Order: sequence, then C-alpha cells, then structure tokens
Amino acid sequence: MTAPTIDHDVVSVVHAAIEKHGRNRDAMIPVLSEINRVFGYVPREAIREVCKQLHDPARQVHIAESQLFALTSFYDMLSTKPRGRHVIKFCENAPCHIVGGKAVWDGLKEKLNLENGETTPDNKWTLVTTSCLGLCSVGPVLLIDDDMYGNVTPEQISEILERYE
Amino acid sequence: MIKKRAMILVSNDPESVRLGANEIIQHLNEALVTYGLQDEVDISTISDINHSNILPLVVVYPEAVVYGPVKAADVRYLVEEHLYKGRVVTDLLAPPKMLTGQIGWLRGHKGYNPAEHRIVLERAGRIDPENIEEYITSNGYDALGKVLSEMTPEGVIDIVERSGLQGRGGAGFPTGRKWKFVRAAQSSKKYIVCNADESEPGTFKDRIVLEGDPHVIIEAMAIAAYALGADEGYIYIRGEYGLAFRRLEKAILQAREFGFLGNNIFGTNFNFDIHIHAGAGAYVCGEETALLESLEGKRGEPRSRPPYPVTKGLWNKPTSVNNVETLANIPAIIRNGAEWYRSIGTPSSPGTKVYTIMGNVNFSGVIEVPMGVTLREVINIYARGMKPGSTLKLAQTGGSSGSIIPAVLQDTPMDFESFRKAGVSLGSGALLICDQNTCIVDLVKVLLQFFRFESCGKCTPCRVGTQRSYEIVDRISKGQGRLEELDTLLLLAGEMERASNCGLGQTATVPIRDMLKHFRTEVEAHIRSGNCPTGVCEMTQEFEKI
Repeated sequence: MTAPTIDHDVVSVVHAAIEKHGRNRDAMIPVLSEINRVFGYVPREAIREVCKQLHDPARQVHIAESQLFALTSFYDMLSTKPRGRHVIKFCENAPCHIVGGKAVWDGLKEKLNLENGETTPDNKWTLVTTSCLGLCSVGPVLLIDDDMYGNVTPEQISEILERYE
Repeated sequence: MIKKRAMILVSNDPESVRLGANEIIQHLNEALVTYGLQDEVDISTISDINHSNILPLVVVYPEAVVYGPVKAADVRYLVEEHLYKGRVVTDLLAPPKMLTGQIGWLRGHKGYNPAEHRIVLERAGRIDPENIEEYITSNGYDALGKVLSEMTPEGVIDIVERSGLQGRGGAGFPTGRKWKFVRAAQSSKKYIVCNADESEPGTFKDRIVLEGDPHVIIEAMAIAAYALGADEGYIYIRGEYGLAFRRLEKAILQAREFGFLGNNIFGTNFNFDIHIHAGAGAYVCGEETALLESLEGKRGEPRSRPPYPVTKGLWNKPTSVNNVETLANIPAIIRNGAEWYRSIGTPSSPGTKVYTIMGNVNFSGVIEVPMGVTLREVINIYARGMKPGSTLKLAQTGGSSGSIIPAVLQDTPMDFESFRKAGVSLGSGALLICDQNTCIVDLVKVLLQFFRFESCGKCTPCRVGTQRSYEIVDRISKGQGRLEELDTLLLLAGEMERASNCGLGQTATVPIRDMLKHFRTEVEAHIRSGNCPTGVCEMTQEFEKI
C-alpha cells in the first residue's frame, strides 16, 4: 500500500491517475485516492501537479490547489502528512469497544509507544483510529494496510506486528 | 449458566390480552417452576399476529409448534406434556390452515437454526456472486424483464407504493412516494443513486448484500430508473469496502455483456447504465445531500434543504437516493406483488428487516426477520442468548439515527411505528447488545467521540455541540463532572436538534437524551460520589464533595 516517495515520479503517477479516472471535477476524489495509494499520502507536489496537468483554458477547467487540499483534509482515507510504511487503523466505535477494544488499543499504544496519529521514528508504523469498518461481528477489529484482523486480543498484538517487515 | 433449551412465545396483541394472554404467561411461569424447568425455558411475547380466531397463541421453540387458542386452564397440561415429557399436545394445536403470514413462517421453519425470512439476503451466501448465470437461474433479472415488457413506469411506482416499502437506511421514508416525486419532477435528465456508504457503527448489512448478491442492486436500479425516467445511475460505495467494490464492478461488466445494462435493454427502447464511485472515508457522506456533493467531487458537506434531491439532486437534476437494503427488496416485490410483501411484517411496517447483532451475546452476525420481531426474541432466539454470566442492560441500535434501548423496553415490537411510539429509533438495524458490565457514561462517551470526529464542520451547532458534549461526558467519566452540566448537556442537545443542518447533528443528541432518560442515577453516581458503578471508568480525580 505504501512505498517511499523517491520510488515514484510524481508527474507520471499523476498522469496515470488522471488517465484512469478522467479530467472532470467528479474524478478528483478517485484521482487523489490513487495518489494516496502510491505515496501513502497526498504530497503537496502531487496536488500542484494535478492542477498543472488539468489546466485547460479551452475547456474552462480550473481546479485550484486549495480545492484539492480541501478534499484531502476532509476525507479520512486521504492523508495530508506522510505516514509510515504500514498504517494500523484501529476501530474505536462502540461495537468494538464493548467487546474489549480498549484493552487492544492500550496494548497497541504501549507496544509501539505511539499515540493516535503518530508515526514511529523508523517510519515503520503509523497508528490511527478509524470509524466503523463494517466488520463488527468479529470485533475488536484492526486493519494493517489492507489486511483485516478480527477478534483481536491484547496477547495477539506482538505476533501480528511481527508479520510485517 | 444453564443453557436454555426451549423458548415459549405468547401472543400479546390487544386481542390476545383481552382473551387472557397475561394469565397464560403467569400460569406458564408457575407451571415451569412446578416442573423445575424455569432455568431451561424462556418465555417471551410476540405481537401483531392478526389471527383473531386462534388467539391467544402459544408457540414453542425450537420445534416451532403453534398452539391456539390456548386457555389459562390448558397451560399446566401443556407444560407437562410438551416441555416436561416432550410430547406435542395435538388437541391444542392451531389448525394449520389458519397459520398464515408471520406465524406461518415461524411454524414452517423449525430446527436448530432459528427461522429467518430472507428476501434481501435470499441469495447472499447461496450463489456465486461473481457469476451472473447463477443469479439468472435464481429468478435474477425476471423482475426487470417483467417491468420492461408488461408494466408502465406508473405501474411500477404503484406496486412499490402499495407494498408499503419504507427506506431501510434509517429514516424510513416511503420508497414509492420518493419515486413518485422524482417521476413528477420536470426534467429531461434524472438519476438513480444507490447509497452504499454504509458507515453506521455496527452496521454491515449492506456489505453482505453487495458482496453476496451484487446483481440484485443492478436489477433494482434498472427497475427504478425505468420507473423514474432515468437513464443513468450511480452507486456510491464507501472506500473501505474493497471486496464489495470489485464484485460490483465485475457484476456491472457482466450485466452489460448480457444486455441488462446499456442500450435497448430486453429489446425495448429503455437505456440505462451504472457508474460506481468509491468514497474516501467520511461518515457524513451517508447523508444523501452530502453523498451527492461527494459524487460531484466536493467535500461531503450536506446541502441546505429545500430543495430536496427529488427535485434538485445530482448536478441539480431530480435524483432518487435509495439505500442498498431498500433496493434489494424491489425485484422480489415486482415478482411477487404488493400483497405478498404486505403479508410479511406488521401492517404499518411491511416486509423484513436485516439486523446485525453483536455485543455480549452468543451469536453475532446478520439475520433477516419480519418487521415486528421484538428485541427479546432477537436476543433469545437469534443471538442464542446472552453470553454466560451476562444479563441484558441495554441495546444500542447503531450510529446516529439509533437509540439506547434499556432492558425494560425489550418487548417492544421492532417496527417503525411501535418504535416511534416508544420514543426509540430503529436506526439502520444494528443491535449492539450490552450486558451489566457496560457503563452508560463510557458508552455514550464512545458514541460522542464518533460524532465529534465525523461532524463535517460545516454548521456550528453540530461542530461545536458534538465537541462540547463530548468534553462534558468525558469529564463525568473521570469523576470531574458537575450536576449542573447535565442541564448544559440537555440545553446543547436542544440547540443541536433545532439548529443543525443535517441528520448528523440533529441525532447526535440521541445518546445523551437516552442516557439521561433511562440511566440518570448511574450518571449521577459518577458525579455525586465520584464512583463508576460498573467499574469501567477510570476516575482520575480525588473526589471532593460538591
């Protein structure tokens, strides 16, 4: 899901995203999602590049950087800041909370020595809370990158984290 | 804890009560004690039966044997024979031909797995969702064929309206009426939008439909488009539902290939196609006008209404926004008729409801049952009881439009009207069952944390109200609350309900109101004695007498 920025050329990533999703206003969320998928977040250079590539006086298309930044800051799956190589999303809603979620969350924070929204100094982990992921029958639930873990107990945390490089 | 081996349902609609249902329940309790069965058998009630000749009814689970009419004098004999000796009392059996509707399917579905009535989830888990042929061979696209070859758009709307189908996203607006508005709107371009932005905490019913039976949504949207006069549809699916997205994408391609989408569908001059749009993580986008904003590529901030989407929706064109579960009912209604649909559920809320059950119960997952089933029935029959050592304290019906239902209300039939009368809301159908170890303050704090995080920030009452409410409840949970702050909470709640722009802010107050209505003493204990009765909240401040 995430890879270091230097591996990817902003211009070609933005170009590919626009080719795939289109040049209209309603394609902007998918375009930003695509950029976020490649870089792990939406870099400011990428926002600038989207505006540049979409600028087309003939079609009267003007998308401002501020509009794209507004989208990035609004939607939870888009990040304005760089994140670690792996992002842990922990569901903090009531169904997971009731069946023991808090103990898992405390365990995660302790194990990684992170608070909500922080990234480890080695850039390996970012820990964030998320709203309901719709996997409530197997709560407590956490998501690492695209891998879902259900019925998680505090004892399992170390073993789960060891699976990631 | 001793595992319950049987459950008795007694009808308690007004007619049954007049004929002695309460005496029957009393006699049942006595007889169970006499035979030492009180720990093995549960007694519950069932209402809206509509079988006036055989009331009161007594239904014994898991065999699903229906007795009726039962008199109080019969009860002891019935308990001795059926529950103690295990023999069915044939003299008291209700005549089979009288058993129709809800009670009919109860009787028709015996066995270990409790009876469900699946319309929305009819195929989910039974067919290969990635194979259109399996959908077609299980009545798939029949309804679309029928609509296009035999029915007028007005005829379709008429059936849907007569079926009494109400929106399953939480608000319960009659679907037929919504379609009528869009049909009546003057415009050369109209849209049908499927709201698959399922984000209410505890709700995953739509995911099960989308992952297990994606074609039913495509078929329903095509039918809706024909009825509305639309030729384009959008499915707005939340970004987190990757598998559902991929299956829908595949299903749309297959449907195009088979000619169910595209031009001249079924050889008629009806054209229709569907686009699928993934969200990027924002709960508020489940609100229909925020969803439309997001579809247009903007921040998902709800619009001011009026105008409503039925006249000015997507790109200012008349638009019908319907929930996944609502749409999944449509093909079955077209195939079987409005009267069939009305025979299921309760008169005021026809049809079934998909519930997601979770919390301190033995079975968590998804069920589909007729409207009007009670919370007690769901817990005891479908969730197979509370976990060992747990007793029911409350149930939370999920997300912003839901309520906190205390145990005393567990016999209220779960349908839109009964719940409205009882002052609670069905919400999206999530049932979070909480036991005695749940602290109300802690639970409401978690709910308010959700709202303050998900408030889009466009309007002040919601943005500030959710934040301030959270802060107060957070202080109470730490033993730092003051009694007068409970009045502040209610004051804030009133302002938020009156002045918020959309449902999020208007209903974020429900947990606060329910907390103070049903569990005020527990809240006050946190404040007056600096003590969390359940021991959940960590009191951080040394208590000083106020």
